Amino acid sequence: MKSKSRLGDRVFSGLAKGSGSVILIALMAVAGFLMAQAWPALVADPAELPNATEGFLPYVIPFVFGTAFSALIALLLATPLAIGIGLFISHYAPRKLAQALGYIIDLLAAIPSVVFGLWGIQVLAPAVQPAYVWLSENLGFLPIFAGQVSGTGRTILTVSMVLAIMILPIMSAMAREVFLQTPKLHEEAALALGATKWEMIRMAVLPFGRPGLISAAMLGLGRALGETMAVAMVLSPAAVISFALLTSTNSNTIAANIALNFPEASGLGVNLLIASGLVLFAITLLVNMSARAIVNRRREFSGAN
Amino acid sequence: MSLFSLNRRRHAKDRIATGLIYVSFVIALMPLLSLLYTALTNGLARLDAEFFSSSMRNVVGAGGGALHAIIGTVEITLLAALISVPIGLLTAIYLVEYGRGRLAKAVTVFVDVMTGIPSIVAGLFAFALFALIFGPGVRMGFAGAVALSLLMTPVVVRSAEEMLKLVPNEFREASYALGVPKWLTVLKVVIPSASAGIITGVMIAISRVIGETAPLLIVAGFTQSVNYNPFDERMMTLPVFVYYSYSSQGADAQSYIDRAWAGALVLIILVLALNLGARALSAYFNRKLAR
Repeated sequence: MKSKSRLGDRVFSGLAKGSGSVILIALMAVAGFLMAQAWPALVADPAELPNATEGFLPYVIPFVFGTAFSALIALLLATPLAIGIGLFISHYAPRKLAQALGYIIDLLAAIPSVVFGLWGIQVLAPAVQPAYVWLSENLGFLPIFAGQVSGTGRTILTVSMVLAIMILPIMSAMAREVFLQTPKLHEEAALALGATKWEMIRMAVLPFGRPGLISAAMLGLGRALGETMAVAMVLSPAAVISFALLTSTNSNTIAANIALNFPEASGLGVNLLIASGLVLFAITLLVNMSARAIVNRRREFSGAN
Repeated sequence: MSLFSLNRRRHAKDRIATGLIYVSFVIALMPLLSLLYTALTNGLARLDAEFFSSSMRNVVGAGGGALHAIIGTVEITLLAALISVPIGLLTAIYLVEYGRGRLAKAVTVFVDVMTGIPSIVAGLFAFALFALIFGPGVRMGFAGAVALSLLMTPVVVRSAEEMLKLVPNEFREASYALGVPKWLTVLKVVIPSASAGIITGVMIAISRVIGETAPLLIVAGFTQSVNYNPFDERMMTLPVFVYYSYSSQGADAQSYIDRAWAGALVLIILVLALNLGARALSAYFNRKLAR
């Protein structure tokens, strides 16, 4: 029993379908245009590339390292805090307060990155510098704390702290959501067996939330990898690969390198920066895709929905 | 006796865990409070009438303002919304009301992918696109709007999708039963019922992109003068103004830093106002519906 198709219906569904297709086309255009603009830098004679006379790969690898290193430290700092905040809001704070705190954390997710950058360089870097001096004096035998301590505090550790603060709202919001979804019966069963609250959390809440926590961490990682302004403003960069956390020669990140050099770049320099942007795009795509895959696998097995 | 000490250990562990959870919350809150406090105390110094009424043209040292940046931010953000709201809303309608089969699945996946695009890559894309048309070295406000719309569209799609899914199927069926065609059902029944949520989602999407710096630094560039035309020449925006004030301080550095903080404070106020406005709106509509 098919009704005859009306003109309005066809126009409207066509419009809707068209918009969906625009999104597909836009994303393909992103990949296509970036590749087209990156290509000249990839095939050019390395001697002609500004700042990259050894070719594209030796140029981009320190930045890839800096991007991954700073993002991983940020993740290391942010994950325990995010779990703590998530548990605090879902299981410890009184309900009224918890709702308000959830609001506040959501609001903080919207604070622009340039403001975090300004705060990082003006407030955080000078504040943590004395601690860096102490760390290098007392733990300087560890390679990560070795080397001449930066006098300004503008090191990769400071950058990672800023990044951790920036990804904390989204990670703790996701942690809160998965913790709240823990089946009440599991929690009550654990408590009925005589478990303390912490044991209940370890036996019921954390195992249930683990896939969600992993994907929250991956999404946080994706954000930290692509974050530009906070890094560009805070870090004192160099084109090196260095594990030292406290010195003033730090590996720059891809995104910050683009932001710092693009306004003055010309000719092949532009192509070179776009090619490095393509590498960043590929890395974040990979991270985000695996985060989604984890979420989707969980959805299939959980029996929820 | 051993059972007793085991119990004591368990309860001690419980108390330590509780303590750690409270502490982690406090640790996380400290930087955020510090940020708000610094922005407020440092930003108020230059939050005067001159800040909102003059540009940086011919200003060296103290004085000047962010009028050019505010105009740029308003125009570029509105253009970005103008591009991404219709596309995002129609895509959400497609996914919820029409979407079956492979195209719908592909769109869902691609929207997910789009959410993860780093903002600087969006800027590079807009640059690559416009450089192809206008030649290398292109800078214009509209290109910035295109970059922002790339970041904004997936947010609009996601929130509108959620809101459309909340509209009960009975509404649609009742409308069909009265002989209303599908497109009018969507336009006159589904969208009005979801409108509050959709507007809220759009406001939150705007608050997400209004503070974007990196893409605008790349394609909109920076300037010291007012430029009303987003289709020609460089255009300053508020986030870039903050960055530029800090990164290229001239003589009398303090006045540049003061301007940067004033700009940062205005940005924070804008973002919070958009978010709180969105919440207030949805609370208002929820109450009206419940009545």
